[in-house]
Amino acid sequence: MKVQNTLTTGTSRRVFTAGAISVVAALALSACGGAAATGPATATATAKPDLKSGGAGTITMWVDAERSPALKDITAKFKADTGIDVKLVVKDFAAVRDDFITQVPTGKGPDLIVGPHDWVGKFVQNGVIAPVELGDKKDAFQESSVKAMTYNGSVYGVPYAVENIALLRNTAIVPDAAKTMDEVIANGKKAVADGKAKFPFLVGMDPKQGDPYHLYPLQSSMGSQVFGKAADGGYDPKQLLIGDAAGVEFAKKLAAWGDKGEKIINSNITGDIAKEKFLAGESPYYLTGPWNVPDVQKKGIKFAVDELPAAGDQPAQPFIGVNGFFISAKSANALATNEFVTNYLTSEAAQDSMYKAGGRPPALKASFDKAASDPVVAAFGKIGATGVPMPAIPEMSAVWADWGATELALIKGQGDPAADWAKMAASIKAKIKG
Amino acid sequence: MSETELREDTDPAASSAPDTATTSPGRQARTLRQRRTGPEGVKGTIAKIVLLGLVDALAVYVLIMLFLSQSWLALGVSAAVVLVINWIYLRKGGLPAKYLAPGVLFLLVFQVFVVMFSGYIAFTNYGDGHNSTKDDAIAAIQLTAQKRVPDSPAYKTSVLAKDNSFYLLFTDPQGKVSLGSTDKPLEEVSGAGKDSTGKAKTLDGYQTLNFQEIVANQQSILDITVPVSANPADGTLRTADGSNAYQFKPALKYDAAADTFTDTTTGAVYRDNGKGAFAADNGETLSTGWKIDVGMENFARAFTDPSLRGPLLGVILWTFTFAVASVALTFALGLFLAITFNREDLKGKKVYRILMILPYAFPAFLTGLVWSGILNPEFGWLNQTLLGGASIGWLTDPVLAKISVLVVNLWLGFPYMFLVCTGALQSLPNELDEAARMDGAGPWRVFRSIKLPLLLVSIAPLLISSFAFNFNNFNVIFMLTGGGPRFADTDRDIGATDILITLVYKVAFGQGTGRDYGLASALAIIIFIIVATVSAISFKQTKALEDVNS
Repeated sequence: MKVQNTLTTGTSRRVFTAGAISVVAALALSACGGAAATGPATATATAKPDLKSGGAGTITMWVDAERSPALKDITAKFKADTGIDVKLVVKDFAAVRDDFITQVPTGKGPDLIVGPHDWVGKFVQNGVIAPVELGDKKDAFQESSVKAMTYNGSVYGVPYAVENIALLRNTAIVPDAAKTMDEVIANGKKAVADGKAKFPFLVGMDPKQGDPYHLYPLQSSMGSQVFGKAADGGYDPKQLLIGDAAGVEFAKKLAAWGDKGEKIINSNITGDIAKEKFLAGESPYYLTGPWNVPDVQKKGIKFAVDELPAAGDQPAQPFIGVNGFFISAKSANALATNEFVTNYLTSEAAQDSMYKAGGRPPALKASFDKAASDPVVAAFGKIGATGVPMPAIPEMSAVWADWGATELALIKGQGDPAADWAKMAASIKAKIKG
Repeated sequence: MSETELREDTDPAASSAPDTATTSPGRQARTLRQRRTGPEGVKGTIAKIVLLGLVDALAVYVLIMLFLSQSWLALGVSAAVVLVINWIYLRKGGLPAKYLAPGVLFLLVFQVFVVMFSGYIAFTNYGDGHNSTKDDAIAAIQLTAQKRVPDSPAYKTSVLAKDNSFYLLFTDPQGKVSLGSTDKPLEEVSGAGKDSTGKAKTLDGYQTLNFQEIVANQQSILDITVPVSANPADGTLRTADGSNAYQFKPALKYDAAADTFTDTTTGAVYRDNGKGAFAADNGETLSTGWKIDVGMENFARAFTDPSLRGPLLGVILWTFTFAVASVALTFALGLFLAITFNREDLKGKKVYRILMILPYAFPAFLTGLVWSGILNPEFGWLNQTLLGGASIGWLTDPVLAKISVLVVNLWLGFPYMFLVCTGALQSLPNELDEAARMDGAGPWRVFRSIKLPLLLVSIAPLLISSFAFNFNNFNVIFMLTGGGPRFADTDRDIGATDILITLVYKVAFGQGTGRDYGLASALAIIIFIIVATVSAISFKQTKALEDVNS
């Protein structure tokens, strides 16, 4: 409660005059923005066809602190080959997407940005990224990763990592893998009954939004999807399928697994608590991603990476998240940037070093095969191959809040699954319409 | 700057009065005035020169950067500001301006500018899908509309130059070599020199560009679109990296004269719909739009949107309850503790006081997260340890969540009140207390009739600003409950502990299909008007309080 001491006597009067000035300021500001935006554009337009000038300038790239060191080698090689500097600007990952959207139109944004594929829809909607033509190199990447980068029929980014969740099993508690969710639940309950564990199953739930991402494989195994597919293979925002009969079945299952049912999924277990309990050996199962594996290994827990259990008669498909590089639509150095992205960042060496820095399974097949000598990477990769890309369409952001809140309420045992699920679908539909 | 001048005024050694022996009232006043406006001490002058020099050095750097980025308006404004600052501090006299200048400058930059910018945004449709100018939107649509022709070959490409124009030399997968440029459709050529990979690199009469030369002329080379044949429907060849080219065909064609996009497969025509987007006759819009002025539309939406209007009243009531209760509770507890710890015979006062202030030192958002862990129904410390494993939904029950939010905010806020009340209490003259006791007043009477009214004179403005702060106390709400538990009767993500500012955040950023800065600014302005009105009325009341006591 740090008081902002801006309201002192007399402020109220000043405030109203400020309001009156704002109209004038609006004009001044728009003029200011315009002046700033035209800067670099005029600079490039006046470039004369002077063959001798080799001045190539620099490529600016926004990365987060974790990925920045991994790019040092490949940028050094690019500099040696072409004389062009790639300036790595470390940005806060939480804010970088919105900063990119606001800054590209001013002409002051970067040429390149690193991020997950589900940003693409929002980037295209705001006109801030350009398509990338991978040509024959497309086949060198895992199919799922290129598919995720494809939006409205064009590829928008060069993928470098594919991520998805799997089921971790404490082999000291349950030695054998299970295929279905029912078997998983039975094993978990038995372990609890035998006193080997305290929780039959662990998955982290955000106390405010639940976690539809982690629960999606269970949902998809019951035949429920969020969006249908358009003719070109991308998600179609006009086909919202989440409210169909299969979705309602899943909603009923959630209530049955929840706090007032079997207590398989516990609304009070946050991500941190779930991890803590698995590390303490208090549960045989933990539904999570590769990012939590290093800590599990460090703790010395004997574990196996199991395929995602199916709760219905369909395969349990996780969402896959693909990380990649995107080129700004207003890059003043577009050709050099394209050269760097399509011919350097697609190289095995670059993808290898990104894997070494981040531990995320590489998108390039050759690099993935090398990384897959680690059985954990191989197992996660195998599950990822069955997954579906997380929808990148902007309409997806209308889905998360309702989806999460409704799932959380059902897990808590509040409300009627069929009615609430239908209400959620109607609410999402209303938001998409705008 | 102000410090040196203050010192100068109180330092008798620095007096420039020539003769202090002969004194008359008039003369004394004159010397005083001379001292104020007369030459400054050496130390003061040096300090002034150093500080002003630092400011000017920074200003010159900023001006150069602005010049290089060709931001002329910003350059002009900055230059004017620098000149005014120098004039204020270099001229003699004008002491008030010297004191006021820094404050006024920061007020303009951090308050007035921000308020005006919000004011401007509130009248636009700025947000996702309306991110930039119309020209940018058209360019972006054209860029994304270029689709590679299915099953077309990939060409290896070299860039050639002749008479200051650029040509692209293509080698197709079969090894066939052809040449072309924007006004020169693709044509097979012979006699091209190839490198070891079979890529044609040289051609007689043309100069081959190396990569540095290509990059130096990249804009012109990126603009080259080589028609594959005389028939425009076959598409064009373009290169993005100077070494590979692909055959592209636009899915949408822009007609600059009519200002329309035409879908090349369906024939649908998209026109400017006046709302910052291109729309077809069936109402379908192209995803990339641009920013336009929409007048009062955002304000109208704030009051007419049905899913917003429903829960709005409840949220406003709770916002006032939250702000008033927070101020009242923190003030009551802070004042109580301040009086308790103000006893002179209390031992270890300093230690207690430091402990009291600790919660104030934590960042509010961190506190929110920590408390949300403490209040977890099943694993939280409160239920598990203090209440012996009870399962009370502190943050999940609507009423309990409201109470929890208030308690956590009390914990966060009382140290501030404790601090200011301690300060105010210590500044009260002891004689008043004594006099009242002489007249036979008990401790409660002394507090009620003497101390509290005097305290309120100095603390009331702080209470008002505390109200204004809590009215917009985003951190506590968002980090503790996220506004939940959610209302069942709205399709918006609005809950029992949502206050206006978290509602604005959710409506503008967390809902629908994207961020809507225009609506957010409009709602923020509405909140601003509410807070400003409440504060203005309260300050009037405070004035009255002052009059009664003086």
